[in-house]
Amino acid sequence: MIALLLRDLRLSVRAGGGFGLGLAFFLIVSVLVPFGVGPEAEILARIAPGILWVGALLACLLSLDRIFQLDFEDGSLDLLATAPVPMEGAVVMKALAHWLVTGLPLTLAAPLFGGLMSMAAPGHWWMFVTLLLGTPALSMIGAFGAALTVGLKRGGLLLSLLVLPLYVPTLIFGAEAATRGMAGLDATTPLLMVAGITAGSVALLPFAAAAALRINLR
Amino acid sequence: MESTRTKQAKDRWNWLWEWANPVKFMALSGKALPWVIGLTVISLTVGLVWGFFFTPEAINFGSSVKIIYVHVPSAMMAINIWVMMLVASLIWLVRRHHVSALAAKAAALVGVVMTVIALITGAIWGEPMWGTYWAWDPRLTSFLVLFLFYLGYMALWAAIEDPDTAADLTSVLAIVGSVFALLSRYAVNFWNQGLHQGASLSLDKEENVADVYWQPLVICLAGFVLLFIALLLVRTRTEVRKRRIHALEMRERMADA
Repeated sequence: MIALLLRDLRLSVRAGGGFGLGLAFFLIVSVLVPFGVGPEAEILARIAPGILWVGALLACLLSLDRIFQLDFEDGSLDLLATAPVPMEGAVVMKALAHWLVTGLPLTLAAPLFGGLMSMAAPGHWWMFVTLLLGTPALSMIGAFGAALTVGLKRGGLLLSLLVLPLYVPTLIFGAEAATRGMAGLDATTPLLMVAGITAGSVALLPFAAAAALRINLR
Repeated sequence: MESTRTKQAKDRWNWLWEWANPVKFMALSGKALPWVIGLTVISLTVGLVWGFFFTPEAINFGSSVKIIYVHVPSAMMAINIWVMMLVASLIWLVRRHHVSALAAKAAALVGVVMTVIALITGAIWGEPMWGTYWAWDPRLTSFLVLFLFYLGYMALWAAIEDPDTAADLTSVLAIVGSVFALLSRYAVNFWNQGLHQGASLSLDKEENVADVYWQPLVICLAGFVLLFIALLLVRTRTEVRKRRIHALEMRERMADA
């Protein structure tokens, strides 16, 4: 399983077009929003957590189809299915690899990009914490969506239609926790909910995703 | 001992699983359909005419209150149809009855139309009452999210060519989607306080809507349930027939080759 993780990480770094792309997309979103909304610092600071969360979500979505698609096309997914590693474990490793190359960089970059949106000092910390707790759920839910659509020729648009509604609770609680934290309110409840969604997704969704992969490989 | 008891239990439920046989389903549903349609027409006509023309106008509401006879039943059906799809999907995954998968597929379009009707009638009602067609109220928002879930479900059905694969994958999506739809409901509740009133109908409350409105509303609710059953039967029969045509075409192609 570790070997699978390292393989996926190596592939995403060396194959190009995967690793930095999500981050660059995230940066562009953070630059474009002030162009659209206007440069007033108060407005930007108020909408910053929401924009950063939506930006992270979309950046995550961009690279989802890579999780299984290439392996499905060249047949390595069939090998994985017959390997002694259970399919569920392979799914978790794939989602973890996806998180390491998209979710984690986004989390680390979010405080920096928050500066572009005139975010005040404690806000950086809150963005970092909420994204750290929330992005694993995004990767895991995304892996489930990617497993559903892996057999399809042009699954990209369908994938976003399937996955984005599933992202709703994570987005709501994540952005709410960041907003409350920034305003100095008590953010325990939404923070715990985000952590709960992540834990629940990581615990249960691998089974659903593995079931979907088995159906697609039949 | 054990085996006879399980056999008895099986016999008790046999009438239900009979429906799972496509031939028996077609025969039974063909016989039931005219009755269901007749009852639907009667109850909807009685309920709507009674509701629209023979109820007093409510104080503070004016005649706008009469949209309740469409709004509440369609909203109720929008949620219940999703639950029915979930149950049908589970039956398909566990017992592999094709009729069950086809019924879930057939129900989705009815469900999405009910969701749209609930949203539109709600907007029409909201304008005079709240002064706005749309507000980011928890109930309204979760219905919009439910609408998105229906769209994704139907898009997945449409995208996959092999019917059994499509049935399997959409069933998995229905299960996962139900969990996340429920989560979204509570997330949205947490996110914003609403304008929408609480439940106007429930079994455990002392006082519901006043009786003059309540009686025609119950008839309308029954009418919408019957309407759904009728549409579901018609659409499932169509799906079964489409499946048969497909099978016949395949056989012909095999014979040619």
